[in-house]
Amino acid sequence: MGPLVPDLVSNNMNFIVAFIIGIFFGAILEQAGFSTSKKLVGLFYGYDFTVLRVFFTAGLVAMIGVMALDHLGLIDVNLIYINPTFLTSAIVGGVIMGLGFVVGGFCPGTSICAASIGKIDAMIFVGGAILGVIIFGEGYPMFEGLYMANNMGSPQMFQTLGISEGLFAFLFVVLGLASFWFTSIIENKVNGIKKPAIRFTPYYLSMALIGVLLALSAFVFTDRKSELNAKIQDMNYVNSFPLDTMNVDEFALCITKILECDKYQGVDFRSEKEQAKFPLPKTVSMTENSLFEKNTFKTLNIRNKINIFIADDELTERKMAIIATELGYQNIRILRGGLNNFVSTILNFKPIENPTTKEEEYTNRFRLYASQKIPQILKDYKPLPKSNDNKPKRIVGGC
Amino acid sequence: MEKETKYMNPYLAGVLLGLLLIATVYITGRGLGASGAIKSVAVTGVEIVAPTHTENTKFYKEYSAEHPGKSPMMNWLVFEITGVIIGAFISGLISNRLDLKFEKGPRSTTKMRVAGAIIGGILWGIGSQLGRGCTSGAALSGMAVMSTGGIITMFAIFGGAYFFAYFFRKFWI
Repeated sequence: MGPLVPDLVSNNMNFIVAFIIGIFFGAILEQAGFSTSKKLVGLFYGYDFTVLRVFFTAGLVAMIGVMALDHLGLIDVNLIYINPTFLTSAIVGGVIMGLGFVVGGFCPGTSICAASIGKIDAMIFVGGAILGVIIFGEGYPMFEGLYMANNMGSPQMFQTLGISEGLFAFLFVVLGLASFWFTSIIENKVNGIKKPAIRFTPYYLSMALIGVLLALSAFVFTDRKSELNAKIQDMNYVNSFPLDTMNVDEFALCITKILECDKYQGVDFRSEKEQAKFPLPKTVSMTENSLFEKNTFKTLNIRNKINIFIADDELTERKMAIIATELGYQNIRILRGGLNNFVSTILNFKPIENPTTKEEEYTNRFRLYASQKIPQILKDYKPLPKSNDNKPKRIVGGC
Repeated sequence: MEKETKYMNPYLAGVLLGLLLIATVYITGRGLGASGAIKSVAVTGVEIVAPTHTENTKFYKEYSAEHPGKSPMMNWLVFEITGVIIGAFISGLISNRLDLKFEKGPRSTTKMRVAGAIIGGILWGIGSQLGRGCTSGAALSGMAVMSTGGIITMFAIFGGAYFFAYFFRKFWI
């Protein structure tokens, strides 16, 4: 599951990845014509809208692509970098950059591109940009108030607007297409071209078709999470799903440490409140949502460990175990009958009267012992304070 | 010299750039950028010229606190921009656009263009710090992850440019 950094791609490897991505980035910008200031500022004087076309298309493709990766469960969006929002400074900084655009004719990325192919004005611009950062650095006490004002955290636009993610993406696509059409009209007017603004050549039609099909597919295919959620609503399916189980006696043997149970790891699906009231040793806490997170991969894949899914009732355990199995996790067992069964069978044990077989006698002896011993063990057991150290942090990015 | 080849179709270039950005987010969990590398160069420059000054100034102290124990050049964006330079150079080579050239608008004087490039650069240097990114890092990558700040900065950049465009028309048309 993405992002591949830092697990599959190490931090040093990431620098090499950055270098390769940069090569493509530079080549695409240069091929698109971003290496000349005349073409870039054409956007603001109406004679060349290349920048808008490239930029908006790229943004839309990437926006929909990231949504699709999330939809298919291929990326954990909780880990990717979302640019923070400091409202005042975002607007003021943006307007300053806009002024810089018409004065200087470049933005930083394009100026580096243009300088690379020998544009002298671009080299001067890059020098200016370096100077600008130094001016900001030296004058930081002056800028600081503005820079830190109106911190809104890292919200996403659809959250700020209070609409759904899909609707926002759709509106943005419409805005993009409308701007392509509108600017083509302006461009033709400014340049005195009489051809219609949008020509339905097979080239554009096929590109548009691919786009529409991709966008529609997002609505046709349900995402992984909803799909699995629908599956576990079917009781027949849940009850007939083959799952390995552990019985409550073995569970009790582990807690009383009569058996060496290092190969087991409890995975507790109860609410935090219940876990605090009745903590179980050697367990990790989890929820249905966290099963879909990237860091769960590490937790449930400890070498030679078998995960025992624990909840109050077996039905919840089954549902969670089915989701985990469908997500590709192995080594999962459930506690037969759930904790309710454990409480009634072991903790509130009523001895079998007049045991006839040897087995019943053993059962009596062990369960009686366990029903006295386990409450003490659990009482003495202090769960370790939760540490957030192992939680993978959101990736730090930005300019 | 052979004639320059034509530029790529803008929509095709946009799709390719979009796919590159998806790959970047998928692999690294972050977007593309540019001004961050310029910041690294600026900070390194000041560190070399005036090391005691950087130790005592808040901006540089905060920068080194955010990047502990590492040179500002050991930065993802520095590696990315090194790639950009090479990628753009190769592209220019293939398309016959490698040429030492000074470009300016038809009515602009050389002096005007030099001053414009320096001042424009300075404005970007300051603005990209305030905006926490430039067209690539804030606007484009922000759009990919639907960041509120990124999208607002994007509209502010283009809105601002349109607002000021009239006053600087002599530079370009």
